[in-house]
Amino acid sequence: MITFLNQHGSELIIKTWEQIYISAFAIILGIIVAVPLGILLTRYDKTAKYVMSISGMLQTIPSLALLALMIPVFGIGKVPAIVALFIYSLLPILRNTYIGMKKVNANLIDAARGLGMTTMQSIFKVEIPMSMPIIMSGIRLSTVYVISWSTLASYIGAGGLGDFIFNGLNLYNPSLIIGGTIPVTILAILADYLLGIFEKKVTPKTKRSEV
Amino acid sequence: MQSAKEIISFQNVAKNYRGGNDAVEDINITINEGEFVCLIGTSGSGKTTTMRMINRMIEPSRGKIIFKGKNLKTFDPVRLRRTIGYVIQNNGLMPHMTIKDNITLVPKLLKWQQDKMDRKAKELIKLADLPESYLDRYPAELSGGQQQRIGVVRALAADQDIILMDEPFGALDPITRDDLQDLVKNLQEELGKTIIFVTHDMDEALKLATHIVIMDSGHVIQDDTPDNILQHPGNDFVKELLGEERLLQAQQNTLSVSDIMSKNPAKITLGQSLAEAIREMSYRHVDTLLVTDDNNKLKGFIDLETINDRYSKYSNVSDIYKPNRFKVKTTSYLRDTSERILKQGYKYVPVIDNDNNLIGIVTRASLVNIIYDAIWGKEELDNPENIKLPDTIAKESDNA
Repeated sequence: MITFLNQHGSELIIKTWEQIYISAFAIILGIIVAVPLGILLTRYDKTAKYVMSISGMLQTIPSLALLALMIPVFGIGKVPAIVALFIYSLLPILRNTYIGMKKVNANLIDAARGLGMTTMQSIFKVEIPMSMPIIMSGIRLSTVYVISWSTLASYIGAGGLGDFIFNGLNLYNPSLIIGGTIPVTILAILADYLLGIFEKKVTPKTKRSEV
Repeated sequence: MQSAKEIISFQNVAKNYRGGNDAVEDINITINEGEFVCLIGTSGSGKTTTMRMINRMIEPSRGKIIFKGKNLKTFDPVRLRRTIGYVIQNNGLMPHMTIKDNITLVPKLLKWQQDKMDRKAKELIKLADLPESYLDRYPAELSGGQQQRIGVVRALAADQDIILMDEPFGALDPITRDDLQDLVKNLQEELGKTIIFVTHDMDEALKLATHIVIMDSGHVIQDDTPDNILQHPGNDFVKELLGEERLLQAQQNTLSVSDIMSKNPAKITLGQSLAEAIREMSYRHVDTLLVTDDNNKLKGFIDLETINDRYSKYSNVSDIYKPNRFKVKTTSYLRDTSERILKQGYKYVPVIDNDNNLIGIVTRASLVNIIYDAIWGKEELDNPENIKLPDTIAKESDNA
């Protein structure tokens, strides 16, 4: 392992950073698009059905195929990888946002409206805070998926830890494969852990903190 | 007592949902300031729909609603709702906000100053009869009854003068419900709030309302005071809703004094002598005589003690009679009179007509029949000979 680090240490750091960069970019894009879209869809139930099934269909395209399909449109490199991973991140976030918003107690929404909140106030002060745990679990799920799938992005020249794995496969070098896999796993676990902490922060309290 | 200032009036209001029958139809209701209006009916009767039209949560399909003299449609819905209190079943408190934030939710929307909101929160938690320390708690840390207390006072936070309540106490246990009913009744009586209250519980309606609107399948069946509804139920539906027991009881309550008074009171005229008075007392076996003038107008009374004290100095009834402190008209309700007699210790109450003519008298003895009637039911009283006392009573009277 020390020899591996001596040989590939600096490369490992660069590849890990690429991995983080690609995944984070895709996830953030996914959040920016899917959360507002999910909220919007709760106001248009009929459209929601179609949008949900379309994004469900996109999810079923094999990941390698989707990456390959990006090449004619975006060429090779990081951009097509980010776009493909972004598409993958959409569904869990979109669906959880939609379900989370739908599951907010109708009584509370009625009370919010009856007390004189505008639709926006009701969304931001009541519905989003109440559905935060479900929205966040969608984001966490997406993040773990995207981090592990972004190893495949190496296939279309996006770089990342996938480079180690593919090189290892080509050169019959197990230490390269393991050296690429372990950091990906650690990254995924770490991201999930950090998002867990973040989730606790953004989930509104419903009880005083224990003293 | 109540100013009859009209505050909300429904004019031929109807609501139908697309593809469905009319949820409500031909609604004509006038609500005055300071009233406690109960909308009552079974589920699907349209009572909630009717209530929700007042704060524009539901828009009428036809007809119009006049609110404070103007068409309701001219009010901005969001601003309108901030001026109307709103209490729903299961309290509708925001679980992620502290009690204080929940109470000051509307003031915050209205952008009040922080210190004004703090003061309001303290004032209202007191009104809810809960300690100030609860302000920092979250709703989940309070019992169901306490939560609904907060739900009720929240509706007053921005000094709303009208409060809508949609079956607010349906999910509470009877004792808690009783407490909360007292709280809202207080709001109406002491703070002069106009309350529109949806319920399916007739006991609740009769306890709270000054004005009951009975609804069934989207129509108003009867719209009147609780007394009038009890006395003259509009149709069989209303009778059924009220139940036989309540109707019977109401009949007791609405008996007038003339129904039970004794028409031949022991009396004496002003001009007669004290000797005649004593003779009359001993003849009638009473210790008090009512005093009238020659035209049978009630003047007062004279009792045995007074005669005894003053017999040596005076000789005429007119010298020593005292005026009556309390008398009733023939048309008065018996329940008010009986309360005075039973609770305040009057031995009798003279009954007069509108011209102060002595008509009769209600004594403690005449109330016995009524109380008997209320306890054992009416039919048996019609044939008093056949009355069978329950065993326990019979035994007790043996022992006595």
